[in-house]
Amino acid sequence: MTTSLLAIGTGKGLFLARSEDDRQTWEINGPHFPMTGVYAVGIDTRREPVRLLAGVDSSHFGPIVATSDDLGASWHEPDQRPIAFPEDSETAVARVWQIAPGPADQPDVVYAGTEPQGLFRSSDGGVTYEFVRGLWDHPHRPEWGAGFGGPAIHSIVPFPDDPKRMLVAMSTGGVYRTADAGETWEASNTGIRAYFLPNEYPEFGQCVHKIAASPARPEQLFAQNHHGVYRSDDGGASWTSIAEGLPSDFGFPMVAHPHRPGVIYNFPLEADGRRYPPDARCRVFRSEDAGATWQGLSDGLPTGPFYPSVLRDAMCVDNAETVGVYFGTRGGEVYASRDEGENWQQVASHLPEVLSIRAAVV
Amino acid sequence: MAVTIRIPGVLRAEAGGHSSLECAAVENSTLGAVLDEIGVTWPLLERRIRDEQGELRRYVNLYVDGEECRRLEGLRTSVSDRAEILVVPSVAGG
Repeated sequence: MTTSLLAIGTGKGLFLARSEDDRQTWEINGPHFPMTGVYAVGIDTRREPVRLLAGVDSSHFGPIVATSDDLGASWHEPDQRPIAFPEDSETAVARVWQIAPGPADQPDVVYAGTEPQGLFRSSDGGVTYEFVRGLWDHPHRPEWGAGFGGPAIHSIVPFPDDPKRMLVAMSTGGVYRTADAGETWEASNTGIRAYFLPNEYPEFGQCVHKIAASPARPEQLFAQNHHGVYRSDDGGASWTSIAEGLPSDFGFPMVAHPHRPGVIYNFPLEADGRRYPPDARCRVFRSEDAGATWQGLSDGLPTGPFYPSVLRDAMCVDNAETVGVYFGTRGGEVYASRDEGENWQQVASHLPEVLSIRAAVV
Repeated sequence: MAVTIRIPGVLRAEAGGHSSLECAAVENSTLGAVLDEIGVTWPLLERRIRDEQGELRRYVNLYVDGEECRRLEGLRTSVSDRAEILVVPSVAGG
């Protein structure tokens, strides 16, 4: 029987849930990194042993980036600062927002996105990182906004077929893409609406909440925007709305199925000014045709009025053949489906606010 | 010349479990230079106190012989022989 691991980053530490029975029951331990905000977690299954990666924010003691090669029994930090802005940037890492293992054929490559808007690349499996200067030096950077959460790189989507291509996204900055391994970047927001700006279709400045792609079809990308849900079929060059069929175009997460192209999940909220699930119903929405149609999924989820929201990194899929889908709420509940979203069960409750979640068969 | 750095419980894991550290600082040293010295042996402790630009973290307070360094000259505050430096996290959070 395989072991499945679910890493739950919360506002007050990291909790780890393990299942030994194909995700039917879970045993939770933690908190690891108590009293810290765990905004970024990663489970790197490209390595043997599997490596856990955590981007931790201590309000007192700054960012912590740590790895574990024993499924969380112990954590390691290198002597040198693992992620640091160079001196001439005149800034410092405020928070690590994203840790993204690279493509399968580059098992030592891991990317990290920070606040302020830094992109970092590791070539030692996420122990230490180098600054990707090309994005920082982009002439648009002084005009990138901060969003409400902060000026951060929150989405990193490397292309599996081409190590030189990658997309990143930030709130009130938008999507950027590179085709030369991060040397140069171009804004990649054509078709994404920024209703809150005088020019609603600017080159950049869109409030993108999350972008995702399936490694099985990397040219097709999906974006959950601050009002707006989009698909790109050309590697991010242009985007078209796929919001029709959803109860709302507002929300934070966007998750792509790892091996069924065109299958995506999100968790809509009513509106910017009403950040509750539509009709106060706890529902995950899934499209199996790249956003042409959507289906609300709620079997096993709470049936009564439900008000918590789900943050951008608090939803994920695992790597099982029949994919598991997971989400955690700001109310400290975690729900899981072991059958691609058809049926759900509660895995945890009464945790601190869930900030990030990742799962894998390990 | 030597100074003593008192480590709060929450940071002792980063200081090898010690509640205080002795630092052999040079004559006419500064608080920043003491932290440089600490960072050689205890790099995780040093980066909990300062960011990568060398700035003192907002919610960490360093008292030099009873006076909080921000009321003195910050990390340029002089430390004398046998000085005592207290590392005190702010009371903050929810």
